[in-house]
Amino acid sequence: MNSLIPIDMVILLAAILFVMGIAGVVIRKNIIFMLLSVEIMLNASALAFIAAGAKWGQPEGQVMFIFILVMAAAEVSIGLALILQIYHQHKSLDIDILKEMKG
Amino acid sequence: MEVGFYITAGVTIISTLLVITRHNPVHALLYLIISLLSLAIIFFLLGAPFAALLEVIIYAGAIMVLFIFVVMLLNLGQQTAQQEKAWLKGKVWIGPAILSTILFGQLFYLLPVAQMQAEMPAVDAKVVAISLFKHYVIGVEMAAMLLMAGVVGAAHIGQHKKVVLHRFLREGEEQL
Repeated sequence: MNSLIPIDMVILLAAILFVMGIAGVVIRKNIIFMLLSVEIMLNASALAFIAAGAKWGQPEGQVMFIFILVMAAAEVSIGLALILQIYHQHKSLDIDILKEMKG
Repeated sequence: MEVGFYITAGVTIISTLLVITRHNPVHALLYLIISLLSLAIIFFLLGAPFAALLEVIIYAGAIMVLFIFVVMLLNLGQQTAQQEKAWLKGKVWIGPAILSTILFGQLFYLLPVAQMQAEMPAVDAKVVAISLFKHYVIGVEMAAMLLMAGVVGAAHIGQHKKVVLHRFLREGEEQL
């Protein structure tokens, strides 16, 4: 429907944001920053869904966006509870210190 | 409106790049909020005003407040006072202020345009709601169950258990 904004550029923006999220997960050593990077990746996928839904003029893109939003909310609540528990037990959020699960 | 999209995309990329390179969590959260706001403008430009609304209210409002609460809870210590002193310097706020000023100017540019082009074929909230509660109602119920599981799981994980050890084992556990 929207011929004003090229769909390629929107998908390219979503891809750039997703790659930034992956880079954030890989390069950071703090669990909070890794969770933020996961949020960036979820936003990138939501942007791709919205762009596809706007391209074809269908509401399914926004429906999937709402589902992604619900999933992100649940994931953030569980993840932040885990972060609080890890900090309470280990007094650190550095993943180089939290290596008791190292195989 | 295409120029607006490119400006907003630039703001999004710059702020996301600053999110993954900051050292202080609160600075990263500030830039992430800017990134979410600019993504909301992109959603609006793509003809999804309801998604833009949800992005601002739920993502930039509720989820980021959760993050800020946790950062607040974790930073209890002596360095907090020095951190507060450093935050008040105002140099920290220059980057987010510039980026959000760009978004604010774009808002002023976009509001008359949106009123002028009211016949723009946007996928509005009514169509989304009809599709959501007619075809995807099982998905809505599963999302409700997921949220319920999230609430119960967060309440269960977040509680602090008192660790009871035998007195012979109690030497090395003063950090608990």
